[in-house]
Amino acid sequence: MASEPREYLRIERLPHVWCPGCGHGMITHALACAMAELELDPKQTAVIGGIGCSGRTAFLFDMDSMHTTHGRAVVFATGLKLVRPALTIVLALGDGDAIGIGGNHFIHACRRNLDLTAIIYNNAIYGQTGGQVAPTTPPAKKSTTSPYGNLEHPFDIARLAIAAGATYVARTTSFDFADMVKFIKRGIQHKGFSVIEVLTHCPTYYGRLNDLRDPYEMLHTIKEQTVPIEEWDQLSEEERAGKIVIGELHRQVRPEFVESYYRLIAQMQRLQENSVDGH
Amino acid sequence: MATKQIQLTGAGGQGLVLAGIILAEAAMRDGKNVAVAQSYGPEARLGASKAEVIISSEKIAYPQVTQPDVLLCLSQDAFDKYFSAVNDRALVLIDATHVQAPTLGRNNIYRLPLVRAAAEQVGTKLVANVVALGALNALAGLVSWESLQKAVEQRTPAKFRAQNLRALEVGRRLVENTPHQTKEV
Amino acid sequence: MREQELVQGNEACARGAIYAGCRFFAGYPITPSSEIMEYLARELPKVGGICLQMEDEIASLSAVIGASWGGAKAMTATSGPGFSLMQENIGYAAITETPCVIVDAQRAGPSTGQPTKASQGDVMQARWGTHGDHPIIVLTASWVREVFEMTVHAFNLSERYRVPVILLLDEVLAHLRENVVLPEPGELDVISRRHPERLENFKPFFDETMVTFGEGGRLMVTGMSHDEFGFPAQGKKAAEQLQRILKKIESRAEELAIYRAHYLDDADAVIVSYGITSRAVEESVRVLRAEGLAVGWLDLKTLWPFPEKLIRSCTEHAQYVLVPELNAGQLVREVERAVGGRVLVEHLGRLDGYLITPEEIAARVYDRVECLKGA
Repeated sequence: MASEPREYLRIERLPHVWCPGCGHGMITHALACAMAELELDPKQTAVIGGIGCSGRTAFLFDMDSMHTTHGRAVVFATGLKLVRPALTIVLALGDGDAIGIGGNHFIHACRRNLDLTAIIYNNAIYGQTGGQVAPTTPPAKKSTTSPYGNLEHPFDIARLAIAAGATYVARTTSFDFADMVKFIKRGIQHKGFSVIEVLTHCPTYYGRLNDLRDPYEMLHTIKEQTVPIEEWDQLSEEERAGKIVIGELHRQVRPEFVESYYRLIAQMQRLQENSVDGH
Repeated sequence: MATKQIQLTGAGGQGLVLAGIILAEAAMRDGKNVAVAQSYGPEARLGASKAEVIISSEKIAYPQVTQPDVLLCLSQDAFDKYFSAVNDRALVLIDATHVQAPTLGRNNIYRLPLVRAAAEQVGTKLVANVVALGALNALAGLVSWESLQKAVEQRTPAKFRAQNLRALEVGRRLVENTPHQTKEV
Repeated sequence: MREQELVQGNEACARGAIYAGCRFFAGYPITPSSEIMEYLARELPKVGGICLQMEDEIASLSAVIGASWGGAKAMTATSGPGFSLMQENIGYAAITETPCVIVDAQRAGPSTGQPTKASQGDVMQARWGTHGDHPIIVLTASWVREVFEMTVHAFNLSERYRVPVILLLDEVLAHLRENVVLPEPGELDVISRRHPERLENFKPFFDETMVTFGEGGRLMVTGMSHDEFGFPAQGKKAAEQLQRILKKIESRAEELAIYRAHYLDDADAVIVSYGITSRAVEESVRVLRAEGLAVGWLDLKTLWPFPEKLIRSCTEHAQYVLVPELNAGQLVREVERAVGGRVLVEHLGRLDGYLITPEEIAARVYDRVECLKGA
């Protein structure tokens, strides 16, 4: 067991590849802290990422890790978790990865409710490929492929996850370090599919294209848009406009899929034994 | 003949593939080699459906029927589609309940009310496929009766076993009791 | 001794998989392969295995790769449209050297095509469907019992060499039922992946030994070009690693070649066939031989790596080579390449979804041999 965050990291892989000022390092740090506070056994823990800036998280954790094809991390993890139920699996996903190219897998993973923890690094843009519009880019915001402002309506990832059946859903920002650690810990401890959406900043592309070049200023801008769930309920519709609710948004107890499947196996094998005995 | 090529044709949902399986299972019990190929359209119900069974005492290399020795038609579409391809020596069994076939002016063609017999004598037209098997085997002597009964028992769910065995019998009697009326001259 | 059973091709595949030790299957319903998943959904839990219906074929192969890294022998099964969706992950399995078996019951394409009709149109896609140079093994079968055997063999090769193995079936064989005596336990070899002796200094991407997740191997698995330890590599290192995994399979082309050779010693005309079409060839060869024609037949079970030397040696003394296949001309190109212009190579194809008949093959060979005699 390790209990220092650095003990969970492949220190020799640092510095990471993310841009100066990027929020991804903060989320990754929060994940390492959460693992340390939970004293997870690195031998029984795995990090799986997809493609995009967030996918690079997988390279940084000193444990079994996988960097999958774009959008498919959640299904690679589904196969892995089913045959290795004892593994604690954390998914490091980007917004484009999770709900753009991987949207179908994401909603089905929510529905299936496997005991996986998905951290979604939501920077509202495709960073690694050079700042293209994402399914999370707010209306009118600019990207290299929405040069006149985004005409599309974005997904609200946390609400999508709740609607699709995820059983633990929290949202925070990379500004709220303590909450990131707390929610990731609770997500890992929760038996079922957990989604922790982290609103984070991409000064390199999103910031540069939308007049938020300074990382610190951008981080603050994101934070200022958010309202804690405790206050959200008191707000009128007009007051909610342009605001994003954060906090623990959803928690539900529902049969976890891996357990259900292993119960089925036990049941079928008992039947087999009985029928063999019977003959 | 060392090899028999059989086409069981009708509409999807009439149980032709199951009939093919039962017939093949019976032939296998008789020590023959068998191949059952199925041909069907994209629909699960209706549409043309065909099961092909090859029974042989030799190894069966090519698995599809090239020249049918026996043809069963349980639907008009199937009759229209497959009858023209058989030669004069083929034995043809046509369901007289639903299929309108012109007077064909040749031997070896039998019209029997297979679907009606299933409905009236067994209580459900769902077993018309097995009635047809009983009749077809009585006419063509494809497999031993005992093996056919065993195959029906093996391939039908316990709940419907007695019903299907009865259907087989009904098919056989249909041939035995009404040979002259149904055989075309 | 086991008894004769009436078994469908798809069922033989599913039973072969269980026999080979497959304990994870993920798939998506598609004609004509769905019976494989239906059988495994029923039977895998009874042997402690898992069968999962996914949201699409991309997810199916993703889950299979994940399960394989969890230590399970894993398989998916599909048909043309689903096979197309799997291509990206086939490349991932190839570069990460992940053992897995992909069954493609071919149907007439392209696109939705004729879902209930047979084809051999995926031969080239099986080899080159994913982007980039990559190792792959592609097997095929012609008989229901052979489907069982080749499924076991596909797992064996996949586990032995850490490579994705594709088994090409077709609609007719997938749905065909035949009387067979399936292998008893112990009758066929069952091979599992090799584990390194020690974890210390173990290189996860260096040879055919494999460590799986949860063993403490601190694995890094990525689809990026990587070094022996799994971390991104570029340039020369990337090329070296790619060469290694390519060579692993290509250098074994002849030992991986499974085939049956018939009457090749004196053959003037050679028929090269595979899969369901081989059954028409078998009948046509019988007829042609009875007519006194010196016809030989090479029945391939391994399509890729393509057994070039075998083709060359089998056609050395022939004057005519015919390659019948249910497509517009795919494997024939490889045969032509291997023969290198020494002999007339012809293709006999069919695209309507029906099988090539023994008569078509016999007529073509008869005509050509007569022609060549006259020349």
